[in-house]
Amino acid sequence: MTATTARPTSIYRRPAPKTGIWSWITTVDHKRIGILYGYSAFVFFILGGIEALLLRIQLSAPNNEFLTAAEYNAMFTTHGLTMVFLFVMPVTAGFMNYLLPLMIGARDVAFPRMNALSYWIWLAGALFTYSVIFFADVAAPIGVQGFAGNLDPADQSFLGGLPDGGWFLYQPNAGPYFSPGSAIDFGALGLQILGIASLISAVNFITTIFNMRAKGMRLLRMPVFVWMTMVVAFLLLFSLPIIAIALFMVTFDRSFGTSFFQAVSGGDPILWQHLFWLFGHPEVYILILPSMGIVSEVLPVFSKKPLFGYAAVVFAGAGIAFLGFGVWAHHMFASGITPVAQAAFGLSTMTIAIPTGIKIFNWVFTMWGGRIRFTTPMLFAIGFVSMFVIGGLSGVTHAIVPSDWQQTDTYYIVAHFHYVLFGGAIFGIFAGAYYWFPKLTGRLMSEKLGKLHFWVQFVGFNLTFAPMHWLGLQGMVRRTWKYAPEANFGPWNLAVTVGAFTIALSILIFIFNWTYSKRKGHPSGLDPWDARTIEWTIPNPTPEYNYATPPVIHSLDEFWHMKYSEDDEGRAVRRPEADDVIARLEHDGNNPAEEIHLPHPSYFPIIMASGLPLIAFGIINHVTAAGKALIATGAVITIGALLGWGMEPLEEPHEAGHALEAGGH
Amino acid sequence: MALDVAVSHHEEHESTGIPNTKLGMWVFLSSEFLFFGALITNYLLYGGRAFDTVVPREVYDIPFTSLSSFVLLMSSLTMVLAHHALSVGDQNGTKTWLLATALLGSIFLGGQVFEFTEFIQLKGMTLTTNPASSAFFLLTGFHGTHVAIGVLMLLSLFGISRRQGGLSEKQGLNLELVGLYWHFVDIIWIVIFTLVYLLSAV
Repeated sequence: MTATTARPTSIYRRPAPKTGIWSWITTVDHKRIGILYGYSAFVFFILGGIEALLLRIQLSAPNNEFLTAAEYNAMFTTHGLTMVFLFVMPVTAGFMNYLLPLMIGARDVAFPRMNALSYWIWLAGALFTYSVIFFADVAAPIGVQGFAGNLDPADQSFLGGLPDGGWFLYQPNAGPYFSPGSAIDFGALGLQILGIASLISAVNFITTIFNMRAKGMRLLRMPVFVWMTMVVAFLLLFSLPIIAIALFMVTFDRSFGTSFFQAVSGGDPILWQHLFWLFGHPEVYILILPSMGIVSEVLPVFSKKPLFGYAAVVFAGAGIAFLGFGVWAHHMFASGITPVAQAAFGLSTMTIAIPTGIKIFNWVFTMWGGRIRFTTPMLFAIGFVSMFVIGGLSGVTHAIVPSDWQQTDTYYIVAHFHYVLFGGAIFGIFAGAYYWFPKLTGRLMSEKLGKLHFWVQFVGFNLTFAPMHWLGLQGMVRRTWKYAPEANFGPWNLAVTVGAFTIALSILIFIFNWTYSKRKGHPSGLDPWDARTIEWTIPNPTPEYNYATPPVIHSLDEFWHMKYSEDDEGRAVRRPEADDVIARLEHDGNNPAEEIHLPHPSYFPIIMASGLPLIAFGIINHVTAAGKALIATGAVITIGALLGWGMEPLEEPHEAGHALEAGGH
Repeated sequence: MALDVAVSHHEEHESTGIPNTKLGMWVFLSSEFLFFGALITNYLLYGGRAFDTVVPREVYDIPFTSLSSFVLLMSSLTMVLAHHALSVGDQNGTKTWLLATALLGSIFLGGQVFEFTEFIQLKGMTLTTNPASSAFFLLTGFHGTHVAIGVLMLLSLFGISRRQGGLSEKQGLNLELVGLYWHFVDIIWIVIFTLVYLLSAV
């Protein structure tokens, strides 16, 4: 079945541009969607980074007057929201989108249009959250009778208008009585929209992994990154509905006058903490597991050894996810939960160290005795493992309840979660960026600049976050915009600020390296790293159709076994025909035998996504006629797009949900 | 049905043998269970928090809600009949049972609108009366929204079937998906009716 099927004529003709801005707006290609995720997330990484630098300037000296208290609150809240929901989650979604179909030998994900939909919904949610800068409303929230809009317009400032209740939106502080103005409404509804995007991705990725694997790609032959994608998708699937309900309750409290979390009218603020952390703790594994998958790909390649204990690494990842749903209350040891609950959650938290330790030891044993090449991706992967160990160990100290009471709300906690989320997640993301850059561009990033980036970032990172441990233990509290000179926190805080700017410098080196290498980088060829997994058996940059012929998988590390055999002592020996194999793959991959029919682009994902922020704007202003009109308009757009989506002509009778079958035979 | 798809596109295969859309629906519904799990837990925690204002369990009309629950349960039966009719190629039967399912769902929704109106206007229990009433309306309101979406999907299938004089093989799969969703919404109602209405009224 080649592209001979006549396309049905209809008013809902599908768009078909291949280049230019419309090709990106209407794309359903998983690779392009991955790139869109990556670049947009990086923009928010810069924003979140600027927010962090503003915080650090404020804290660089005692009694500094650089930011007001309100601005400081808004900056640390928005920094957290941005880095979690607008950088790490989408950038890892970008990696998953780009790599998942390539790694399982598929032509696209299970639902290409839904994939585009989740990107556009994510972008809509991100822009909506930040749009509070322009659409802040001092009259909101409007839920509580006689209490509405008591925010003095004079208190508003450009930065101070951003969400300011902490990324966890603790109640009742972020409720209608203590957080007037619309900032929290934008935060809560923005998260709701972002959650929809993640939920759609999760359903899509799970279906793709279960159903779209190439012949012979058994579950335990999948690359670890694919496994971690699946684990993360399940975490999203089971944790997002909980935060959705909790956020609905916040929105109802603020906009419709209920009192779920408002103690003053009988609500229970502690319930918010339970619901939030029941989502929030799995969420931190959502952030770290993709990077664990990335380093599990990078370490074996540059150690020239298979991943030590593949099955153990996979099951440890699943184990972390499973246990991750049973530890949430360790965020609440200081919230007045019962001693029995404290003991139980302290114990369950310690058990997380077991699967995590399994992973760490397997990574170390992967490198042990290997022929290690210290390339940039390898440096970042080793940086990940070592920094994550530090963050993991300080995490175990929080599991010990009396110790945690001392650490709660101090900089020690800030140090801990930056070691796991920056030293962990973000180092892993950079390892992946350097490693898979050739798949996007067909070029290699500059190793010289890459290594410079690594060392500047590594030094800057430790200078920023290591001193926070001792500042915290000396008693410096989080979320406070000033400290007195007598506290003697000044010198280390200045060091931390210098470290933060060092990190910023390293990011500038990365941006320069990326843009330079994209045009001028050394051509990579098909297999620049002597890689092990099948995404490297196709040419770089990846052809639009991925695989010219569907691959057939015979073992874990399929590509490695095409190039290497073992001698009598079990050492890897390069096959004499390996170079011919690579040359043949390069040729065959660029010259498909038949024309390959891909899913057509579609207008409807972006249209459908654009309705959601309108509904959210409307909810914030629902008492006004304009607000009601916005809700109606948003609903009409979304439902209309849904109908259009359903009636869009398919290029083949069975296209919906069967994107792959568009492939030529 | 899944087999036919696989045969007509022998080159591509679903690793599990389940069509993508159906697997996706199962995965989505597993998430929905937690959605309602959170809502129901929320009601169980807040159900008694009324502070001498009117509490949901005092205003329940159990015989009335039993009747509307029965209507919703019957709609699951008609949904199965619609699916069965299509599998034996009875397009007219499919149409009839689809319409019947949508109708029963609408009757249930009508009952909920009536119930809400009665609670709010006669019994004085509104969304904001107390945490208990808020939790009640949030839970049953979200369930009602799910039923309403189901009714819309059923009516769309009915409309397509009427216009084309029957459902194609792929649309038959859609009918199965709507059926999965519909049964899920019913099952959730059984839990809600038992925990929220019957047990708290005892």
